[in-house]
Formats: sequence, C-alpha cells, structure tokens
Amino acid sequence: MLEIRNLHVRYGGIQAVQGVSLRIARGSIVTLIGANGAGKSSIIRSIAGLNKTVEGDILLTRREGDAPVSLMGLKPEEMVRRGISLSPEGRRILPHLSVEENLLLGAYSRSDSAGIARDMAWVYELFPRLKERSWQKGGTLSGGEQQMLAVGRALMSQPDLLMLDEPSLGLAPLLVREIFAIIRRINAEGKTVLLVEQNAFAALSVANYAYILEVGRVVLEGSGRELLANPKVKEAYLGG
Amino acid sequence: MSLDIFLQHFFNALTLGSLYALIAIGYTMVYGILRLINFAHGDILMVGAYFVFFGTFAFGWPWGVSALLAVAGASVLGIVVEKAAYRPLRDAPRISALISAIAVSFFIESLAVVVFTGQPRPVLQPEWLVSEWQLGGVRILPLTAFVPAMTMALVVILLYIVYHTKPGLAMRAISKDIETTRLLGVKVDNIIALTFGIGSALAAASGIMWALRYPQVHPYMGIMPGLKAFIAAVFGGIGSIQGAVIGGVTLGFVEIMTVAFMPDLSGYRDAFAFVLLVLVLLFKPTGLLGESMEEKI
Repeated sequence: MLEIRNLHVRYGGIQAVQGVSLRIARGSIVTLIGANGAGKSSIIRSIAGLNKTVEGDILLTRREGDAPVSLMGLKPEEMVRRGISLSPEGRRILPHLSVEENLLLGAYSRSDSAGIARDMAWVYELFPRLKERSWQKGGTLSGGEQQMLAVGRALMSQPDLLMLDEPSLGLAPLLVREIFAIIRRINAEGKTVLLVEQNAFAALSVANYAYILEVGRVVLEGSGRELLANPKVKEAYLGG
Repeated sequence: MSLDIFLQHFFNALTLGSLYALIAIGYTMVYGILRLINFAHGDILMVGAYFVFFGTFAFGWPWGVSALLAVAGASVLGIVVEKAAYRPLRDAPRISALISAIAVSFFIESLAVVVFTGQPRPVLQPEWLVSEWQLGGVRILPLTAFVPAMTMALVVILLYIVYHTKPGLAMRAISKDIETTRLLGVKVDNIIALTFGIGSALAAASGIMWALRYPQVHPYMGIMPGLKAFIAAVFGGIGSIQGAVIGGVTLGFVEIMTVAFMPDLSGYRDAFAFVLLVLVLLFKPTGLLGESMEEKI
C-alpha cells in the first residue's frame, strides 16, 4: 500500500537517509531496525510529512487497484487525512490535556461523531487503563500509560497505516510485551503497521517483513523469521 | 472619602481594568501559541476605534452597528497581519518575528497618520451610556457598569470557545507542542489565524470602549493601553487567559486607587504600571498564574 523509492533525507549538511527503497504491503507489519542514527526515524518522519528536505518518492495506494499517489510535499495534517498516522518517538503526550482530550485531538481530522465514539470505545477496550484514567491529565500518567495513550491517539484518526516510532523505548519488559501484543492485535483488526524499533528481537518477532538499516542505507531485508535466524543479525542486533 | 466618591473610583477602576484585561487577553493568547509578543496589538485597538468613528460620523450608522462591524474589521486586520508579517517567519528565529511585529506596529500607526491624519477626532457617545444614574445618593455613569459587564460576557464566551470547542482544544494543544498537534491532523495555520482573529476582536472591543470613556480617537491612542495591557499580561502570567484578566483588573485598580488615595502622586500615574512590571520581573518572572517556560527542544 506504501512504496518508498530512493529516499534521501538531509538535515543541514548531514545525509540521514541515502537512497532507501522499501515496500509496505497492505495488512502487514513491517519493521525498520537499526542503531541510533541509522535513519529509521528520518524515514518514518518523512512519511508523516515532518521532513522538508526530502528527495525521492513516497507512493500511497489507498485502496487495492487504485493508481499510486505521490505524497511528496504534503504537510503532516494532510497525511493524516490520507490515512497515515504516526505515534511519535518520546510519545509526545500533551501533558496539560486529559486522556480523553488527547484522544479527541487524535480524531481532529474527522467529523463523524458516531464513528469517533465507536473508535474511542475501541481504544478504551484495547487499553482499559486509559479508560480508568480518562479524566486524568496526560502528564500524570506513567510512561507505559503514556505510550498506550500515544498509540491510542494515533488510532483515533482511523488510519490505514499506523506508524509507531520506538513504542517500547524506556518501558519495563512486562510492558514491552504488552505493547507488542497490542500491536499484533491492532494489525489483526486490519491496520497496516510500520514499526521503528531498537528492540530488534521483539520487533522481528511480530514483523512480516523487516529492513535493517545502517548509516542511512538498507543493508539487509527479509521476513521477520528469516532475519531472526540470520547469523549477522544475531551478532549485531540480538546480542550474539 | 465618602461612599459616593469611593464607588465612583471603584467603578472607574473596574472599567479601566476591564479595558486592560481585554487587550491583555490578545497578547497572552498569541504568546501562548507562538511565543511572540505581538507589538501591533495596541494598534489594532486604534484601528477598531477609528472604524467606529467612521461608521458613526461618515456613514451615520448607529453606534451599535458601527461597533459590531468595527470588531469584525479589526479581526480581519489581525488575521491579515499574521498572514503577511508573522507566518512567513514561522520557522525563522524568534527575534525575526519580534522585529517584524515592531515594524507592523510602526507601519499601522504611520498609515493611520497618512489616512486618518494626526488630528484627534471626537467620538460619538450614545446618550444612554453617559447620562448619570442616581442610585440612592450614589451617582454612577452607566458606561462604568457597561464596560465591565461587556468584558465579563466576552471573557465567558472566550473561555467557552477555548475549553469546550474543537478549535479551542487545538489552541490549547498548539500552545504546548505545535509539531505533535500538526501530526494529529490539526490545520495549525488556521488555528493560529483564528487566535489572531479572536485576540484582535477583543482588542477592538476594548479600543471602542476606550474611545467612549476618553471620547476621541487618534493614531497613537493604542500605544499606551497596549503597553499597559502587556504589563498586565506579564503580571498575570503570560500565556494564561485567566491571568490576563486578573492582571488587567489589578492594574486598573492600582492606577485608579493610588491616585484616588494619594492625589499628590497623580502625575506618576503611568509609572505605576512600569514599577509593577519591574517588581514582577524581579520577584516572580512567570507572573501570577504563569507556568515556568522551559525552552522546547
């Protein structure tokens, strides 16, 4: 449903992404693995429309059989309206707004109040703890709860493609498992997922397909299972 | 001091404070969202007052109609200023936008001198606002009750917009994290324009009522109220609407009551506000209700 062709991203004089091409199949979980600075976040932020100095092409096919449409040059608020949603790195919860307000903000691009209410109920079902805390300010939540809120908020725009930037960052192992279980479930309910992770083992375990990035280039790709078994990957990313 | 005189001072203070509060809200809303001191804000007030002058004298419209149209016109002007002078500098260093704001302020003032001439013009005062009420021995000018009541109504409407509507939710979100708000699908430029529109409408409302109280308009009439209201916004805690209201009313009372109780100091009246600013910056730079403004990374 999304294809990236020969993507280059520059920040000042630094080439963060140097000619990356990748495909995200509808209904799959795709993950980008790599060390800090490998360009994972730059790619995901480019898809979300946050990077301005981008070359190459990003093509979206919203419905099966449609002609692919280029997303280059669109603003973040326009990406959301095309079914692409990002839960950013560091969660970026609005600390002074309540949990409920954070979620409503996620649905800002929509005006179907019945649909918004349905999705709100769905997010509360996925994350029962958010429901208990719906009137609490976002800033008072624990790290794990904030991550859940960030994912729930990204779901509120009714995306076809949900992008998650480091959802397990800074979470306790138990919570990491919980988050990955939820990612599987969201995928099973029909959302395509693009996952950026440093936790390679967990990410490869849920992913249908994975790309490994080093200094702005794809160095290896394959199904999650293949890469989990690959000796090079084991050595570099899975702790031997 | 007799009760009669005290009450007159009280209502005068409340009126002046309300006028400051309405202007201060515009400063605080724009600062809350863009971290920009909109120096042209006081000049919007002046333009609003001039619109009423032209509506009533040149076109012969009733005062109420002129006032409504003036508020709408000033609101549009605020949006145009944002679009022309601040939006192109959104990604530039903050100081550039600040300089642009100063330039816009001079531009509007100079343009007003050219178009309206520097001559102060008298303003029509509706009879019902300036014929004294007698309430059991106490004389009150209806104007001094009308201004606070109008201010209160406008503040209630504003708080409803900010806390109970979708654009209000977006405004509150932008004030903390503009990039994330954009990621969630908010058309940030529209919300910023709306903020300027609302702030300018309130400034114009204040300017129009200001021109009723001191019944004339001139191209530089916005400067002093603008400065004082800015101080009120800093005192209340810049970024906080409630703070702007409290700051404005407080400043009104400080100015009127000091002069009322210590008439010898009346020559220093304008200095009180600036002394207040120095004290706030020295002892509580975040103001009464302001949060500490950590730099966003």
